[in-house]
Amino acid sequence: MITAPTVQTPESYLTADYGVKSWLLTKDHKRIALLYLAVITFFFFLGGIFATIIRLELLTPNGDLVSPQTYNKLFSLHGIIMVFLFLIPSIPTTLGNFLVPLMIGCKDLAFPKLNLLSWYILVAGGLFVLYAMLVGGVDTGWTFYVPFSTSYANTYVILTAVGIFIIGFSSILTGLNFIVTIHRMRAPGLTWFRLPLFIWSIYATSVIQVLATPVLAVTLLLIAVERAFHFGIFDPALGGDPVLFQHLFWFYSHPAVYIMVLPGMGVISELIAAYSRKRVFGYRFVAFSSVAIAVLGFLAWGHHLFVSSMSVYAGMIFSLLSYLVAVPSAIKVFNWTATLYKGSVSYETPMLYAFGFIGLFTIGGLTGAFLAAMGFDAHVTDTYFVVAHFHYIMVGGTLMAYLGGMHYWWPKMTGRMYPEGWAKLSALVVFLGFNLTFFPQFILGYLGMPRRYQAYPDEFQVYHVLSTAGASVLAVGYLIPAIYFIWSLRYGAIAPANPWRAPGLEWQTTSPPPTENFDITPVVTHEAYDYSIREEMTVG
Amino acid sequence: MNPTFQLLPDQASTTARSVDHLSIYLVTVAIIFSTLIFSLILLFAIKYRRRSDHERTGDISEKVAFMLEMTWTIVPFGLMLVMFGWGASIFFEMSRPPDDAMNVYVVGKQWMWKTQHLGGQREINELHVPLGRSVKLTMTSEDVIHSFYVPAFRVKFDVLPGRYTTAWFKPTKPGRYHLFCAEYCGTLHSGMIGSIYVMEPAEYETWLAGGAGGESLAANGQKLFEYLACANCHRTDKPGRCPNLMGLFGKPVQLTTGEAVKADEAYIRESILNPGAKIVAGYQNIMPSFQGLVTEEDLLQLIEYIKALGAPAGQQGAPTEGAIPAGLERRGTTGGPAGGSANVERSKSGRRPEPEQKR
Repeated sequence: MITAPTVQTPESYLTADYGVKSWLLTKDHKRIALLYLAVITFFFFLGGIFATIIRLELLTPNGDLVSPQTYNKLFSLHGIIMVFLFLIPSIPTTLGNFLVPLMIGCKDLAFPKLNLLSWYILVAGGLFVLYAMLVGGVDTGWTFYVPFSTSYANTYVILTAVGIFIIGFSSILTGLNFIVTIHRMRAPGLTWFRLPLFIWSIYATSVIQVLATPVLAVTLLLIAVERAFHFGIFDPALGGDPVLFQHLFWFYSHPAVYIMVLPGMGVISELIAAYSRKRVFGYRFVAFSSVAIAVLGFLAWGHHLFVSSMSVYAGMIFSLLSYLVAVPSAIKVFNWTATLYKGSVSYETPMLYAFGFIGLFTIGGLTGAFLAAMGFDAHVTDTYFVVAHFHYIMVGGTLMAYLGGMHYWWPKMTGRMYPEGWAKLSALVVFLGFNLTFFPQFILGYLGMPRRYQAYPDEFQVYHVLSTAGASVLAVGYLIPAIYFIWSLRYGAIAPANPWRAPGLEWQTTSPPPTENFDITPVVTHEAYDYSIREEMTVG
Repeated sequence: MNPTFQLLPDQASTTARSVDHLSIYLVTVAIIFSTLIFSLILLFAIKYRRRSDHERTGDISEKVAFMLEMTWTIVPFGLMLVMFGWGASIFFEMSRPPDDAMNVYVVGKQWMWKTQHLGGQREINELHVPLGRSVKLTMTSEDVIHSFYVPAFRVKFDVLPGRYTTAWFKPTKPGRYHLFCAEYCGTLHSGMIGSIYVMEPAEYETWLAGGAGGESLAANGQKLFEYLACANCHRTDKPGRCPNLMGLFGKPVQLTTGEAVKADEAYIRESILNPGAKIVAGYQNIMPSFQGLVTEEDLLQLIEYIKALGAPAGQQGAPTEGAIPAGLERRGTTGGPAGGSANVERSKSGRRPEPEQKR
């Protein structure tokens, strides 16, 4: 999909050079974004295949499709691949890579070679995980809880951990690159409060990536050390503390949830503004809420440990801090809603995804508030309620935003329009399929169905059947865009420079942009989303 | 007891009731907020749909905007503070077993639940408890982390290797309920399930009497104590090389470091497996480790024996199961005939006692 799009502007980044080498050795942030797109799309569908087998297995109460060991490997790999090789890199490395320099009016990221290196590191880590999968896989779950992972599992734990360890560096370096770029390379006149909210959210995300990921790296290293050399770190039989592992793991993995969802929130702010032709309501509140989420997100990890034998009083502090993180998320949802007020609202595909995002994220966020209530959490933690909750956030939130963003910026990235009719249909299919898949899981969880169960009591079957039916619909919803996006590369209508009449800097250059992004460095004189000004400037 | 379709789980403990009340609040708040947001979006999306490409958009005045921001920051936070307080108070209750709770020991291992009653009755993947009586579980694991979960009671707590955790419940409805392992524990995680039987108290007494043919936990503990020759040093008749254990349990112990620790289950367990960790003031570090020589279940029996040591007959909190007199009589045993009738009772209710597990 990246080899031969014919485009109207001869000097676009896509046509600037030809051949495999011109892609694999490129330093152009836009080409690197497409390299990332290819890799994470591969991993998304791979993780999706595992999800499909899991859902098929769960159609019946007995474990009859795959062996228990295989089932455990399937959900472990589904989690590992979707979290580390799809969700975490998804929006930052594709849309972020492509858009950050365009939105702030510069030629490239601060460190173009480092950017390419980050991609190679992701690929190397991905290959490690794939290799571990091919030689036998891993059955610890993506959470690697000890002492199971260090002293009991008979699968390729170290190999997989090394893969994730490597991927982590890609994440750290990408974050670093964005932070420096956003600080140092903004176009003249582009002050912090004139930045698009997408940039604010990418900035907040990058800070988390740089600060939290090293903790994950250390934790994985400690697992490898205990597993290989029997140093007593986590396993009580060796003198270690298994709850220590959970603290370390969630110290990264809770902020990681915000690494996944903050960029999505940034995309939604752009989409809502573009399709109601208005400045995002409460711009500063939305911008600062991203920063607040990044900061407070570091302080809430203990809510994963309420029933892990942590002190009750520590639990209460974490519960309270978790509610503090929920406030900025609520602020965003209300501000998006208020943006529509007296707007000029149209319903192109990206906007449908934005509506879908708000709906699903609201449900995901509210059920997250349920889970922060300790007495409630004790009942539903480690059940399907939690599974449903985090899929509403990560799939209903992040993935909807990612798809919305891909549609919105597709004309800019490829110079081609996607087919609007098919796209609207698939947005609807994804929304309905998603709800059918995951809403029954809230009920399942409250009924007591534990997660990671291959076999289950009969009375849960009806909800699993609904969920599997929904997953089939959802799979169709994901395949349709994959097909028409590829189709559009050759047959899509030629995209104008600014199909949405949006005021962002990225729309002021050609579609697709030239390698240097802008012929003349733009000078910014207005705040973001100033649609009244754009109206006068872009007519014609 | 297990219908093919359920919308809500059985509500079979006092905890279940309070968790469900909290859930009603949570769901109500969620419905109000999502309805508010969804209807506003729908309303605005329709009312302000684009009619011409050049229409003007409106806005809200600065002052009103600020008021709105404050409103939707403070109101949700207030409602969430209620969630916090309510959830925390329920959890606080969950973590404090009532004083009159009866003790049951739970050992988790890949992939089964072993439960032991103080009277010595052992069960595998089953636990029989009387209706209306608080049950305190003291739990540990032989291998990886498990989690003891009874959805009908809304009770879940992790079961960890190397330490004791506790949970408690007070059943309010007779019946058979699911017991799940909720923490992923390896290949047959989903096979680590069992049943909790809540029985009428009289029925439960009969079950107890006919249950295991063995002796009480404390009596087994005494045998182990002798078999492992603990009494050679831990003497009760005269000062020995090691501390006298009479009346030890629950008391503060002065250590060589100057610290004082409470002699609870975790302390005794540590002192058996890793005696050098805490040395009682006035004694030498001479005790060998019993790591590998005693199982988790042996440890629980030894703890029960030490609890019983020097607890003057009938003096501990009256209904506490720990109050086993020094005579170590087996609780509830009245001889053969009772056992016989219990068997009849069991077969009537379709249950089978687990075969006695002798090492």
